[in-house]
Amino acid sequence: MTQIFDEQGNAIPVTVIEAGPCYVTQVKTLEKDGYRAVQLGFEEVHPRRLSKGERGHLTRKRIPALRHLREFRLRKDEDLKVGQRILVDVFQVGDRVDIVGTSKGRGFAGVVKRHGFRGGPKTHGQSDRLRAPGSIGSTTTPGRIWKGQRMAGRMGGVRVTAQNLRVELVDAERNLLAVRGSVPGANGGLVMVKQARKSRELARKPGE
Amino acid sequence: MNLIESLERQLEPNPNIPDMRPGDTVNVHARIIEGDKERIQVFKGIVIRVRKKGAGANFTVRRIAAHGIGVERTFPLYSPRLEKVEIVRRAHVRRANLYYLRGRRGKQARLREKRIL
Repeated sequence: MTQIFDEQGNAIPVTVIEAGPCYVTQVKTLEKDGYRAVQLGFEEVHPRRLSKGERGHLTRKRIPALRHLREFRLRKDEDLKVGQRILVDVFQVGDRVDIVGTSKGRGFAGVVKRHGFRGGPKTHGQSDRLRAPGSIGSTTTPGRIWKGQRMAGRMGGVRVTAQNLRVELVDAERNLLAVRGSVPGANGGLVMVKQARKSRELARKPGE
Repeated sequence: MNLIESLERQLEPNPNIPDMRPGDTVNVHARIIEGDKERIQVFKGIVIRVRKKGAGANFTVRRIAAHGIGVERTFPLYSPRLEKVEIVRRAHVRRANLYYLRGRRGKQARLREKRIL
């Protein structure tokens, strides 16, 4: 993240995203697939980096070799063609977008980090209780632990959506997009930028 | 290339802000917006810290206000609200962050002037 200044001189925290150029690699239609969507590809790579199946999927449509492929649902009034290039200019400053990414993996995390438990006291004769979960259930009744009891385990590395982020900057020259606030995932991770579900607008596409 | 860096390279340094160093006594002319009115406020004090990295670069100025109360203000270096900065005096200091001034008052909080030859 970095920050930019608006006209009033307010500092705005932003995340910079490389958005595009993306290619439409496949169009899914109501007739053929039962729903409307496009598959977008991003980041050109050497064709050798792809499997033969992936290569065939793209080169048959005269699309360069792309590292990432992701599917986006289409609205009724949206129409895209295979091979079409999509650039950041589909976004405007002020648009609201949802950003989908994979959150940073936290590994096997304890209950304090993973579920926000309070842990135990640090002092007054305590030992090994600082980050302990406490009781996980009752005694003979019910004689077992309820399903869904929150415990330690793998945390992070899951799909997360950050909703309703404001587009603060669009740089068509370098295909950069800056959105207000933070975005799921590590630096350099792949994210999908869609139009926000909980407000109205247009356009959708992934970036890095 | 690093995307953030490529964006930050566009930052234009304010021509009215000279190169400041810790120990400098400065007048900072900051634009203050109150409701619909705008005015310039001057904050005079000693630069105790300069952080020069990226778009979030900033510097902290310390001054002793009324009744000997120390007041510190941190200004974003690239903020358009900074009108200008004047260096009044430069001092000889031996560290980058002059936090030790916080624990000192009066004569102890003086800094030796830098000789410019």
